[in-house]
Amino acid sequence: MWARHLLFLGVCAAGVWLVGDQLLRRDRVADPRTARPDRFAGVEEARPWPDARQPSKDWAATLGRLNGEFRDHRAKHDLPAAPRADHLTIARRMSLALVGTVPSVEEIRALEAVRPDDRVEWWTSHLLEDRRFADYWAERFARMFCPPDINPPIIFRRNRFTTWLGDQFAANTPYNEVVQKLIAEQGVWTGNPAANFITATAQNDKQNQPDPVRLAGRTARAFLGMRIDCLQCHDDKLGNLSFGTGDSARGGTQADFHQLAAFFGSTQFGLVGVYDGNKMYEVQYLDADKEVVVPAKVPFLDELADGHGTRREQLARWVTHPENKAFARATVNRAWALLFGQPLVQPIDDIPLEGPYPPGLELLADDFIAHDFDLQRLIRLITASEVFQLDSRADFEITAEHEKQWAVFPLTRLRPEQMAGSLSQSAQLETIDGQAHVVMRIAKFQQIRQFVERYGDAGQDEFTDRAGTIPQRLLMMNGDLVKERTGGNFVASASARIAALTNKPEKQVEVAYLATLTRRPSEEELAHFTAQLAGLRGEERGEAMEDLYWTLINSTEFSWNH
Amino acid sequence: MSAPLPYSCGSADHLTRRTLLQAAGATGLCWLTPLAERLARAAEDAPRGKPAKSLIVLWMAGGPSQLETFDPHPKSPIAHEETKAIDTRAKGIQIADSLPLIAEQMDHISLVRSLVSKEGDHERATYTVKTGFRPDPTLIHPSLGSILCHQTTDNCEIPRHVSILPGQWPARGGFLGDQFDAFKTFDPNGPIPDVIPRVPEARATRRLDALQNVVESSFARGRLKDLDKKTLHATSIAAARKMMSSDQLKAFDVSLAPESLRQEFGDNRFGRGCLAALQLIGVGVRCVEVTLDGWDTHFENERSVRANCAQLDPAFAALLKHLKERELLDSTIVLWAGEFGRTPRRNPNNGRDHWPHGFTVALGGGGIRGGRVIGETSPDPKLSETDRLQDLTDPHNIDDIHATVLRALGIDFTVEHMTPIGRPMALSKGKVIDELLA
Repeated sequence: MWARHLLFLGVCAAGVWLVGDQLLRRDRVADPRTARPDRFAGVEEARPWPDARQPSKDWAATLGRLNGEFRDHRAKHDLPAAPRADHLTIARRMSLALVGTVPSVEEIRALEAVRPDDRVEWWTSHLLEDRRFADYWAERFARMFCPPDINPPIIFRRNRFTTWLGDQFAANTPYNEVVQKLIAEQGVWTGNPAANFITATAQNDKQNQPDPVRLAGRTARAFLGMRIDCLQCHDDKLGNLSFGTGDSARGGTQADFHQLAAFFGSTQFGLVGVYDGNKMYEVQYLDADKEVVVPAKVPFLDELADGHGTRREQLARWVTHPENKAFARATVNRAWALLFGQPLVQPIDDIPLEGPYPPGLELLADDFIAHDFDLQRLIRLITASEVFQLDSRADFEITAEHEKQWAVFPLTRLRPEQMAGSLSQSAQLETIDGQAHVVMRIAKFQQIRQFVERYGDAGQDEFTDRAGTIPQRLLMMNGDLVKERTGGNFVASASARIAALTNKPEKQVEVAYLATLTRRPSEEELAHFTAQLAGLRGEERGEAMEDLYWTLINSTEFSWNH
Repeated sequence: MSAPLPYSCGSADHLTRRTLLQAAGATGLCWLTPLAERLARAAEDAPRGKPAKSLIVLWMAGGPSQLETFDPHPKSPIAHEETKAIDTRAKGIQIADSLPLIAEQMDHISLVRSLVSKEGDHERATYTVKTGFRPDPTLIHPSLGSILCHQTTDNCEIPRHVSILPGQWPARGGFLGDQFDAFKTFDPNGPIPDVIPRVPEARATRRLDALQNVVESSFARGRLKDLDKKTLHATSIAAARKMMSSDQLKAFDVSLAPESLRQEFGDNRFGRGCLAALQLIGVGVRCVEVTLDGWDTHFENERSVRANCAQLDPAFAALLKHLKERELLDSTIVLWAGEFGRTPRRNPNNGRDHWPHGFTVALGGGGIRGGRVIGETSPDPKLSETDRLQDLTDPHNIDDIHATVLRALGIDFTVEHMTPIGRPMALSKGKVIDELLA
């Protein structure tokens, strides 16, 4: 009898211990392998650099010059800079940019145990090593490569494509090699996932043959940062486009577009998947009487095209050629936009071939090329830069001009996936792991997908400066996901967990702030919410916690990067 | 320099250099006070009736073929064999046989068949037709609906500018401010989502009070001046709150309408969108845009256009008919347009490609005369690249449509507004097509 009672109590105690351990586990966050704080040595001494065009092989020197270019730029515009942001604000920015969510309370604790000077390096390394980074960036890049507006069924597998891309980002495969694969891959789209770049343009009214016109437009936009779509139908009459360099600069023509498309003209789709056949690419030019066969020819830097291999292989090597700087500029502009929420050159895929360029762009493009198109190095340089770490607050009056000239960190609206990710993360105290990450959940769960759709455009990656909308506010005030994540549900909601874990109102308020806004409450905030919680018990305390969470996630601070 | 305020407060701070220079002429100041506005209106050759109050834009995304809709040339070298022309209620006007119900309403609408623009790319052309200006890298021009909302004040509890089934590029406020962007909503076959409050009023008030007075004020400290002007966060919360308790919300939901009415509009997304537009205009919404996609007919043009017309015809016709029945047609302009037309010549896929050199827009209601046709396209065009206009009679730039619609709405579009880049800008640079005004 007693033995059974004891056994029962023992089982209960073990259960409580197990659950408690899951909830309260500390120090799960391991030190990142790739953190090397010593790379920062000599950043200051490195400027000024003698030759502004000379790419540096030295990380610290490049960083020093990058900082210098922005300092000079601000001086030229006579704008003071905001001070450096505090470490948690920087950590939040980086987490949103690299893994698409706010940091977890668990991660914040681990970061705060690191020596202050080493935190940026530690945190960047921690995030880059996390599979969530690879998946999140793959999702954002996949939107650019294969915009989600039209998705041919069966022969285009977005998940397969994105997973493959994530594998490349996780392994830090040189980005030129990734792009070469996208352009030139052959075979079946399931076994050779890069081929989905081609099959995404399948025309269902033409036996699923790929569309050279769309492929040409995407190649120009995604890899070269050029919008040449107008040229599909006519020569450029607006002076919007300039090809050629220096003295040989000239306007774009309809032939430029179709000669680029002709590289995809012999690409066919059949039983063996994507292959290069002998098909000719024919076009009827504007006001011509009949179709003509169009040769494959690049629109500029002709001397870099080599003529070996299939047409697509030739194009792939030309696009990613180290001397074709348009490729590096487009990549730098994209990485910058993902980190800051807005690109250096706006619109993101319309970068002039001949400048003028904003500070940082040429320097980072040169470094990117000199270091074998190393995307993670590029990310590290940007996150380590002064301009990335500037505050969005200052003791002078901040105007739109300060944001435009990078004198303060710009406020940008979070994307729908970042909102869904942050909402899910802030409802947990531990870090959401790779499998539960928002990009996985969008695919798996209707509720998350619906949130992302309603919160905003789920279309192409846009980096235009937009304000918040009424549907977004309705969704955050009254939506299902918010109700679930802030409510009394012990599994899905952190407010319920916090209420169960500690009785001290001050502590509860602090944890809620850390989980949602990645900061501690100000004295005024702490006083206000502590007073709201004080003296309440049970269900009433739970409701007050829910109200606190609701308030925090409905703030500007939660929905904007800052 | 900041964008103009959504309302006129009368402060001299809003005067711009050029408007000051124009002050002697009075028109430059007229928007600042209602009295001056009325005087100025009386002075100019205003539309003869009362100005229209609201606007419905039926947006044909992709660029509808004029030849298979409102500008058929049967038996000509450019026609498709199967497209016939039919007589309409307006004497002397024929339209394609795929629009029999609209033909019955033709006395309410007029056609401009000779429109030209310089943009043949979807995104750029959509911008141009929606705003009346070509894309400009330095600023974004406002759409017609945004201008209308900017120029008027209402006590409407729901958004005054609505885009139903928005495509990629819904109507925007541009330099007038994002608060004039269209409120985007999807298939109106049910209530608007997320409008039911989750907690009792007292708790909701407590939450919002903490948000505004404690959390938001802490965030704003030291940050961008006029933070809400950029984020519209508090503005959107206030608008969302107003909506949540409004009876007018029902206008978004066509599932409450009688079955026969729903059938008449067509039980598809576009039909329901048009019915919702009717209901929304009825409760005081200023501008509704309803999009019908699928007009980019590079492949098998005739067949695809016919399929689209099967949705367009009943919805557009029922919209006109019921606006009339509810006595809303005199105060509501209905504008049918897409970003461009289609090439007179068919391509090898039996499709038609983009054609901004002579396409059709239909408009009617609210001070616009019905049963008229402006301009013609040639049934046997020369298609000379150097002289596009020789195939057209009485050609009009697309911004002439904007000027005409704004005039019918009683808006003085020549007044310049200061843009965020400090460049004063008129709301339209087009010329009014006088023959279209009632």
